[in-house]
Amino acid sequence: MTFADWLSDPVNWVYLAIGAAVVASAFRVVTSQNVVHAALFLVATLAGTAALFLMMSAEFVAWTLVLVYIGAVIVLFLFGIMITRAPLNVEPGLDNPKARPLAAVVSLGLFVLLAYTSLQAFGSDQLTDVGTPTDTVTLAESLIVRFVLPFEIVGFVLLAALVGGITIARRDLTPVEEEERGAV
Amino acid sequence: MDLIDFGLIVLRVVATFALLLIVTPLNIWAERKLLADMQNRVGPDRAGPWGLLQSFADAIKLFFKEQVLPTKAEKWMFLLAPVFAVVPAFLLFMVVPWGAPLTFTIDGVERVVPLQGTDLNVGVLFVLAMSSMAVYAVVLAGWSSGSKYPLLGGVRATAQAISYEAALGLAIVAVVLYSSTAGDSGGGTLSLAGIVERQSGTLEAVLPQFGAITQFIPRWNLIPQFVAFVIFVIAAIAETNRAPFDLVEAEQELVGGFHTEYSGSKFLLFFLAEYVNIFSMSALAATLFLGGWNGPTFDSILPGFLSAAMPTVWLLIKTYVIVFVFIWVRATLPRMRYDQLMTLGWKRLIPGALGWLIVSALVIGIRRFGLPFV
Repeated sequence: MTFADWLSDPVNWVYLAIGAAVVASAFRVVTSQNVVHAALFLVATLAGTAALFLMMSAEFVAWTLVLVYIGAVIVLFLFGIMITRAPLNVEPGLDNPKARPLAAVVSLGLFVLLAYTSLQAFGSDQLTDVGTPTDTVTLAESLIVRFVLPFEIVGFVLLAALVGGITIARRDLTPVEEEERGAV
Repeated sequence: MDLIDFGLIVLRVVATFALLLIVTPLNIWAERKLLADMQNRVGPDRAGPWGLLQSFADAIKLFFKEQVLPTKAEKWMFLLAPVFAVVPAFLLFMVVPWGAPLTFTIDGVERVVPLQGTDLNVGVLFVLAMSSMAVYAVVLAGWSSGSKYPLLGGVRATAQAISYEAALGLAIVAVVLYSSTAGDSGGGTLSLAGIVERQSGTLEAVLPQFGAITQFIPRWNLIPQFVAFVIFVIAAIAETNRAPFDLVEAEQELVGGFHTEYSGSKFLLFFLAEYVNIFSMSALAATLFLGGWNGPTFDSILPGFLSAAMPTVWLLIKTYVIVFVFIWVRATLPRMRYDQLMTLGWKRLIPGALGWLIVSALVIGIRRFGLPFV
């Protein structure tokens, strides 16, 4: 299939438009000199990714992405920014020109790695029956039956991270402090 | 899919949208009238009969007001925030089924039209995603105004939304878990139409051992999932930033909260979004717990088109019962303190919802598989 063939399908125009938007906003996340803008460009990137999942009829993954990342993670970012400092103007310190070559190498390396492994794994395989949304029951069966062990391990790792987070954030009070708190 | 199918899809999306646009001004009027009654006042009574047109008059007034842009505001974010408020509010209602599916025969082809924007098979996830998107409007409005009070309101809103979203989600999980046992086809569903379908009929189908009385009790999720219902309604009131959880816009301490700097049509959008959210959340509660559009259609008494409209009437009645509770609570309870809000969210509702989820899972498991080790 040549590129011209690929482009003759209108679905691929949509794919191209969304993909370009995702890449552009991802680029703006790292170049933007305003923390809040960077977070919002990340929202745009994630929304575009969710749209790409929707195009592949992976409704569950798409809406989970919106719920977890856009609805919770980025909101927490914004919350963190606002209770610490919420500058309305640009902060030149956010852009670090010295790190650019390294960043370019890392991102290029990641891109090559992902592209290579995806091509190795799937080659020229095509998704069949795009357009019928994946049944949640089917998804649940593969997640809870076939991949139950990795699923549980990931859950355990998350629990460990949670406990670790609490231990780092909460130090025990010294006896003096405890007395002060009791007195209040 | 041919042209008629496409036309039907467009028609039902437009109908869902129109339904929201029609009921929202009436809801605002109803709230003002009810509050006035509860506080021994008259309420709006000048525009139209019983003041019915007051909301429309207000909307027209707000549309023609001057557009004020504070000098310290960040322009684009400031303009974008009201849009972020309205879009998720309308999208949330798109998956709520507001009537029984209609069957038409056009050109000899039978077509079933479900009366809802779209029947996503992950409808519940979509609802949660949209309700979590709503917080962006408040955060962006608070931040971009370049002013102290809106910023404080925005920070409060974020903390509140994060706290109560968890309880809201956990209450819905218990319902989804319960409906998985109620399906005639077996298996659970995340589609709202599926959850409504699993609440049709009477309690006799589930608990025949309780005798003849079960024939007269509808099989709503409200009865087995009452705890989840209470948690859901409290969390829904908090999610829509209504009294007694309206710390986001507490007039006495924050002027107007996140929308202090907004005026004219931009304020109108925030206002519209709040009331659309109340209606959508109430319709959602009615769908998840009160059997949705299920109800007697009186086929034998009423002419065909009226009995076809009955499910919609039932859903609206159930929705307005919940809307009334929203208004009633606002008129009754004073605003909570910030620490009380957080205590209720994190120490009562979330553990309560988690505990209820475990209890439901245990009961469902024992009913299906019997006691372990027996």
